[in-house]
Amino acid sequence: MKAMKEGHVQIERSRSGKFQKHHMEDLIGRSYTMLCVGLLILIIVSIIYFVASKGLATFIQDGVSLGDFLFGSKWDPEGSQGTPVFGVLPFIFGSFATSLLAALIASPLSICASLFMTEIVPSWGKKLLMPVIELLAGIPSVVYGFVGLTVVVPFLRDTFPGQGIGIAAGAIVLSIMILPTITSIATDALSALPRGLKESSFALGATRWQTISKVILPTVMPAVLTGVVLGMARAFGEALAVQMVIGNAPHIPRSLFESTSTLTSAITLDMGNTVMGSVHSNALWSMALALMFMTFVFVLIVRVLERRNRI
Amino acid sequence: MKAKTIDKIATTIIVVFSLLIVAVLVGLLAFILVRGLSHVNWSFLTSVPQTIKAGGGIGPQLFNSLFLLVLTLIITIPLGLGAGIYMAEYAKPGRFTDAVRLVVEVLSSFPSIVVGLFGLLLIVNTFGFGFSLFSGALVLTIFNLPLIVRITEQAFRSVPKEQKEAGLALGLSKWKIITSVLFPVAIPSIVTGTVLASGRVFGEAAALLFTAGMSTPRLDFSDWNPLSPTSPINPFRPAETLAVHIWKINSEGLAPDAAEIAAGASAVLVILVLIFNLFARWFGNVLYKALTASKRTG
Repeated sequence: MKAMKEGHVQIERSRSGKFQKHHMEDLIGRSYTMLCVGLLILIIVSIIYFVASKGLATFIQDGVSLGDFLFGSKWDPEGSQGTPVFGVLPFIFGSFATSLLAALIASPLSICASLFMTEIVPSWGKKLLMPVIELLAGIPSVVYGFVGLTVVVPFLRDTFPGQGIGIAAGAIVLSIMILPTITSIATDALSALPRGLKESSFALGATRWQTISKVILPTVMPAVLTGVVLGMARAFGEALAVQMVIGNAPHIPRSLFESTSTLTSAITLDMGNTVMGSVHSNALWSMALALMFMTFVFVLIVRVLERRNRI
Repeated sequence: MKAKTIDKIATTIIVVFSLLIVAVLVGLLAFILVRGLSHVNWSFLTSVPQTIKAGGGIGPQLFNSLFLLVLTLIITIPLGLGAGIYMAEYAKPGRFTDAVRLVVEVLSSFPSIVVGLFGLLLIVNTFGFGFSLFSGALVLTIFNLPLIVRITEQAFRSVPKEQKEAGLALGLSKWKIITSVLFPVAIPSIVTGTVLASGRVFGEAAALLFTAGMSTPRLDFSDWNPLSPTSPINPFRPAETLAVHIWKINSEGLAPDAAEIAAGASAVLVILVLIFNLFARWFGNVLYKALTASKRTG
């Protein structure tokens, strides 16, 4: 009886010992992973805080009016003609024009590529195009900028009136850069489509194109639009490739082949030449704030589209 | 009959556009390699750049790029793995998890120039690390982290549920299951993903302009004291990477052969990214085979 009791106690003890080790291990693991997540949150909070506080200083500290900043079309930060003027409309226009045009060029191409992989030749289309898309995604942006500068710009200069640099050159370079983003998302959506949808359309005697245009594309449209928005977000935030081919003149161009500038390229070029804390530097931070704000807008649109996609 | 004609036309258009994309890639690669490789030789890869004379190389830049990548991975991998494991194994559905997911999504879509500016303000100026490899590595960590988190989460989620349940049935702690059951199965896809992400880090330039700097001090490759300012492995010295160098000589290059140097450097950068991609696939496969085989015998 006593021995049994002792044995029981021993089992209890070893059990509780094991339990503690088990507990300890889990506690360490859980706190370490929590710490990493906490760091992620800390990073994003501090990025938002610092960019916003610097960006808002232009309006609060330096007294530049928000209306003049967003809708003024004259950019003269050093005041070469008297007082400095901070109108960033040309940059905002340049950013929107290049990224919209890039999405306009890239979207049909990407949709065709994903249809080619999933609907036209599902047997070997993916084997041919997927590596191509992945390689296009892997080429660094400065290399795209370099190729744009040595191939696209001279081509545009010879074919169209103007110097070749400008919105058209920027949009062409960006369209190739965002092609992989749109294509891979569209392809994923197309491959996830239930087979029955397509088969019933074929059974009704529809041709392949009728099936694609009337059944498949309307169904995957929200997903494809997600890809387009993500592509646009990437184009909007791309700095160096655009800066190399856009010309960097701070005014709204009258044609697609005239030198202009974007938010990112202005920041890239000017930040190194300004003194931290000056009005010029703060204005550049405000432009960064505008870029960040647009990132939030793009993420929001993607979320809304994804929700629609789920229904 | 008419519907069939339209179908044929549409199919032709889709095929032509798809082949156009293939042609664009082939043209791009051919242009970069043909134009660039004629300029690439051993002395180009190892010698220092020249500012106004012809014949400069990309030696220090190439070294900086690789060294910066190593530094970035040393910082990113432990953090990314931790956060990814949390998302895959510990996170419960709810507001907090949704918020973290949103954070990862926003972080991965921030424009690189904005992250670079943040690095300039906080890391370079406020913390006083100056234009240095270390500042550059921290900024690249911000970029790389969301990618690694996503890769880790997906890799852990794709491990068969039975493996985890078997571990739980044996009375192992959750952390023990994560480290000794799930992690070995997840590692091949984590490695593949990380190497692919490294390719992107390698080509990043916008965020490094204001953090790692646009110049490199004269390096003495016989000096391996990490605290000496001319030592190549000193993490607190400014460093211009290959991608930044390409941008710089394109926009303000004064050397007479600037165009050739840019072409050569682009070719080297593209070849390195290609090697990364191929290596990632090959190594992932090898690792998978090795790990699953060792499972079977052990």
